Amino acid sequence: MDKIADKRDTRLDRFHQASWNEPIIYELSVKGERGMLVPEVSADVTAEVGDGVSSLPECMRRESAPDLPEIGQPQLARHYNHLAQENLGVDSNIDIGQGTCTMKYSPKVNDRLAGCPKLADMHPLQPDCTAQGILEVIWRLGGLFREISGLDCFSIQPGGGAHGILAMASVVRAYWEAKGESDRDTIVTTFFSHPADAACPIVKGYKAVVLPPDEEGLPDIEAFKATLKSSKVAAIFMTNPEDTGIFNRRIREFTRLAHEAGAICCYDQANANGLLGITRTVEADFDMSFFNLHKTFSSPHGCGGPAVGMVTCRKELRDYLPAPLVEHSEEKGYYLDFDLPRSCGKVKSFWGVAPVAVRAYAWIMSLGADGLREVSRVAILNNNYCMKKILAIKGASICFPNHKPRIEQARYSWEQLRKDTGFGTADFSRRIPDYGTHYWSSHEPWVIPEPFTIEPSESYSKRDLDTYCDILAAIARECYEQPEIIREAPLNSTVHHTSHDYFDDPDKWVLSWRNYKQKYTGYFQPKKK
Amino acid sequence: MRIGFLVNPVAGMGGSVALKGTDGAETLRRARSLGAVPRASQRMGQALDAALPLPERVSFLACGGEMGEALLKERRFPCEIVWRPSGESSAADTRAAVRAMTAAGAELIFFAGGDGTARDVCAALDGAAIPVIGVPAGVKIHSAVYGITPARAGQLLRKFACGGVKELDDAEVMDIDEEAFRLGTVNARLYGYLKTPLDRGCLQDRKSGGANPDAYDRSAIAAWAAEKMEPGRLYLIGSGTTTQAIMEELKLPGTLLGVDAVKDRCLVAADLTERQLLDLVEPGNTTLIVTVIGGQGHIFGRGNQQLSPAVLRRVGAENVTVVATPAKLNGLFPRPLLVDTGDPELDRRFRGYVPAVTGYGRRQMCRVEC
Amino acid sequence: MSKRNYPYIPNSDPAIQAEMLKFIGAESIDELIGQNIPQELLMKEPLKLPQPYTAECDLVRHVSGILNKDKTAGEMTCFLGAGCYNRYVPALVDEVINRSEFLSAYAGEPYEDHGRFQACFEYESMMAELLDCDVVNVPNYDGSQAAGTALRMATRVTKRDEVLIPATMNPDTARAVKTYLHPDVKVTTVAYDRTTGRLDLNDLKTKLSDKTAAVMAMNPNFFGIVEEEAQQIADLAHAAGALFVVYAEPSTLGVMKPPFQYGADLACGDIQSLGIHMNYGGGVGGYMAAKDRPEIVREYPSRLFGLAPTSHGEWGFGDVMWERTSFAVRDRAKEFVGTHAALWSIGAAVYLASLGPKGMQELGKTILQRSLLLRRRLNAVKGLNVCPLSGAPFQEFIVRFENKTVAEVNAALLKKGILGGFDLSRDFPELGQCALLCVTERTSGDDVDAMAAALAEILA
Repeated sequence: MDKIADKRDTRLDRFHQASWNEPIIYELSVKGERGMLVPEVSADVTAEVGDGVSSLPECMRRESAPDLPEIGQPQLARHYNHLAQENLGVDSNIDIGQGTCTMKYSPKVNDRLAGCPKLADMHPLQPDCTAQGILEVIWRLGGLFREISGLDCFSIQPGGGAHGILAMASVVRAYWEAKGESDRDTIVTTFFSHPADAACPIVKGYKAVVLPPDEEGLPDIEAFKATLKSSKVAAIFMTNPEDTGIFNRRIREFTRLAHEAGAICCYDQANANGLLGITRTVEADFDMSFFNLHKTFSSPHGCGGPAVGMVTCRKELRDYLPAPLVEHSEEKGYYLDFDLPRSCGKVKSFWGVAPVAVRAYAWIMSLGADGLREVSRVAILNNNYCMKKILAIKGASICFPNHKPRIEQARYSWEQLRKDTGFGTADFSRRIPDYGTHYWSSHEPWVIPEPFTIEPSESYSKRDLDTYCDILAAIARECYEQPEIIREAPLNSTVHHTSHDYFDDPDKWVLSWRNYKQKYTGYFQPKKK
Repeated sequence: MRIGFLVNPVAGMGGSVALKGTDGAETLRRARSLGAVPRASQRMGQALDAALPLPERVSFLACGGEMGEALLKERRFPCEIVWRPSGESSAADTRAAVRAMTAAGAELIFFAGGDGTARDVCAALDGAAIPVIGVPAGVKIHSAVYGITPARAGQLLRKFACGGVKELDDAEVMDIDEEAFRLGTVNARLYGYLKTPLDRGCLQDRKSGGANPDAYDRSAIAAWAAEKMEPGRLYLIGSGTTTQAIMEELKLPGTLLGVDAVKDRCLVAADLTERQLLDLVEPGNTTLIVTVIGGQGHIFGRGNQQLSPAVLRRVGAENVTVVATPAKLNGLFPRPLLVDTGDPELDRRFRGYVPAVTGYGRRQMCRVEC
Repeated sequence: MSKRNYPYIPNSDPAIQAEMLKFIGAESIDELIGQNIPQELLMKEPLKLPQPYTAECDLVRHVSGILNKDKTAGEMTCFLGAGCYNRYVPALVDEVINRSEFLSAYAGEPYEDHGRFQACFEYESMMAELLDCDVVNVPNYDGSQAAGTALRMATRVTKRDEVLIPATMNPDTARAVKTYLHPDVKVTTVAYDRTTGRLDLNDLKTKLSDKTAAVMAMNPNFFGIVEEEAQQIADLAHAAGALFVVYAEPSTLGVMKPPFQYGADLACGDIQSLGIHMNYGGGVGGYMAAKDRPEIVREYPSRLFGLAPTSHGEWGFGDVMWERTSFAVRDRAKEFVGTHAALWSIGAAVYLASLGPKGMQELGKTILQRSLLLRRRLNAVKGLNVCPLSGAPFQEFIVRFENKTVAEVNAALLKKGILGGFDLSRDFPELGQCALLCVTERTSGDDVDAMAAALAEILA
């Protein structure tokens, strides 16, 4: 290490997040300021056609302009610059704390490719002959996923992971309706699968049975056998590995039993980052699966979308996929195939988020088979490395300690910390931004007490991992030795302690600036009714 | 804000000298003679420490002497004495004190004790909707009104006093047969319910929208159960708040603690005795709906005694439906559900897996052991 | 190809891996894998994928080479609309949504992701003003999911199970809505008036019942026609105890009356036209809007961001969550939230703030003027009938070809570098050979003249 670095104060908590105390955009409004001008027609045209608005029926004309802010472009640029800085995304922190989200680096080159005018300016309803570029990319991406999953057909229509589950549930319903077996009214999922694995099939009219974990943390197979006996099962929806990081080594037993009962097996492969080139949908004998192109396959999360849940399936289920599918033939070239009379319908407007598909394609093509395998191998290595470090921290424990091996993430618990110090995962989550990073607890309901879930994907270096684990250790120590800091946290974040009373009381809550002015004056001074 | 403050000074004395409970004057004398020291005040003190700082407007309505006044004076809390025990404090004093606090406008009763104390508080409140927070001071507490630790109870008190509590929940009060307990068997029965503030964490699950309050889950379960009732079939609704929600969904007057019978969405009879149940049950055409009672996860054995082995045999193990909120099941995790009908052979029939209804169209497979 | 370490995988160096394995106490990564995954589940052979382009410039050449085969709407003169609009995207919008701080953020708490929360709250606020309501959600996947969800919300509010949607709804949207509502909610289509192209009120009256949870109208509708009887639709719906849900194109609202001013209980639609690139249909995002009526707000399944005070007088944010204490049977459909389309909402926010009140008015005005201009010019062209339906159009209008099919005309237009209007003959055969032409603020006088000339030539 450079000797200069030795002399600097490199304490982990010497961090302060950008904090601009930025006004709400309406507070920046100044009458007369303009951000951008819209083109006007010439005077001749106006003379010919009038002001345009008069052609609208009078009852449909807006009487007064919408109350939008008036802000000059420089001021607007500055405002959004400030807001951008007040975030901690992958590009700003060691983002291994958002377990299950697979916060990996999104290569900039893929953003450039996906944002180029050759894609950005494409209208979805253009004739296929003008869209041979993007259709080819999507079709090739499908080919890559045929190999990655081991199945036959694909669709990029779903707009995210939960949406992918909804699409699979829609396919299941269409399939059984076509087969005349609509009395199959139940789906089976597991406790630690994503909540959407139960919720989405319920939206499609199914009943859900949730399997509990056994002592080891694997889905209870005896419970599964009992369920198959007592229910008419249409499909199973399982995440593997689950959010605990535990790989269900008996997964083939589950699919065997499910197939014996005639059920369709749907694989939630949101947690695929540790499996690429190692084990696939087909080895586990599933019939359908989905992958998150915005998680494992590197498309950035974008603050919460847009995204793609890439669905793959065996050819027996092709007819029921959402239409259209991207196909290729010698005569037609690449085209959108709408000819699916038994399709479950559509799950999205148009065809899916093409830029996300382009990014995933570019990412896979930059890595190849060896690269993908290396991604997963390093994800597993990184996770096991962190596990050892985290479990050495006083107050930390891991869920299901009897099952030692984990794949690419792990769910831990601060239960001991809570017993010893009174501080738990919620307190931790408030203090950790003071160190320039964050973490995530768990989906509800919390069965593991005081949970936190860490997923050190392959984007992070050994030094990054060491730093993050040191941060966890430092905060745990503070819980024992400096509780007053924990109570006051966050101290170095964008803002200070936010009152939680304003989020579940309809009289108090503020859902828009307009809502604020209706209820309050000054700074949260309630207006007299 | 007026808060009732009560300490059962003898609670917990048995434990340190290996006596389970201090029910009855004789046991108390034995405990004292064995050198037992009152622990309840100490626990209550811990709770008060954790509750600081309390808002200025909080004032305590207390019970005289060792039942609360002494501790409050020691901590310099102003209080108004609403009841004075005459001589050695007893269960009767607990009940009288609580009634006095209610009359004086208490918004919450904060008490330290054990199952016996909880039972007395419950009896004295007699259904009044005043919430309570229990500070655990007794020996092996079964009642759910108690916080996990005195410190947690204290933190909850502060939250309540600051207006931070949005919801009340029904917490079980268990009646323990202390004599049997001392002889090694747990004979706990559901005595009743008390309202207690619900303590929800402030971390919101930003990715999938958060969990539901129990009241919501109960009404979802009830909606499902009511919808699935077949015409002409008899339904027996067991004790508990989750099963009670079914009666509310059907808009029928049910008993929280008793077993009620419903057919074609009409009330056939309420609060049935064992005899009445044996007469009423139609073998093959009856479903018994039960929920989980007590901290150990019992579906049989902690509710009321009317569901005797004879009644259960007549209903048939295959005609029992278990309903439970996810919160209840998660609290038990990873322990299984338990059956303790009193008849070991009957217990064995229930072993295995049961699909407990946990929401609308949603079930969770639970292991059942005996 | 030499074996080199991977830029995206810092720990791909063998020496680093050895160090880490030593710390863990494992011999190899294979050992770690073997502890987790049984032999029979492991792939027997490596993945069969094409040779990778490990050097960045090779990758760019490969992918760009494929995408270059596209001929974009931007390179032609575009008259295609039908749910996706060739709006000009301000440079500032591109700048902001490409900021890596926004691109790479996700689900942090309101403390460390304060900027994201504020940007989304501001989006909600500006949309609320545009629509004249109080509550707008963080975006759904797209307009069709917003529409489907709004209809399900209506079933929960009214406790009824049937909905009416217009025949003049975008067919792509209608298909997705029907899939979303199946099997719980019954969907019936209300016909349109064959003269005006607007919703047929008589047909609506016959189809309304005490089972109707919602009546949906699209305004302007898929034919581009303004539903000027919307207030009457609202009154009919309300009289039957149903909610009135309006699918409203937000870019028209600078000059068009917002739905809540003519009786809407819920509004929904797609925000792509608020400054998001078309992205081959990937630029879509849905909004659902309502006034602060508790019985409606509590039925929102998606995230709503709210404002709150902090201990130091700053603006704080969080998720607003209504504590649902009692269940309604339809609530089973409320239960999923996922990754939707947040980045586009930030883009739309920058767009709305850039245009401001005057800009939104000017946008509507200039589009109407250009639409009128195109109609005038085409009126002079033989072989076509402009606006065979009498309803007043906004940015889109119908032309009917007398002697040629839309497919033939569009193929000929394409040769001239013009993207013709959407072919309505497949979904609306009763109209004959009709195309839906769309005009935006980018449609210049030259574009109009070129189109008129091209059609004159093709139809001659």
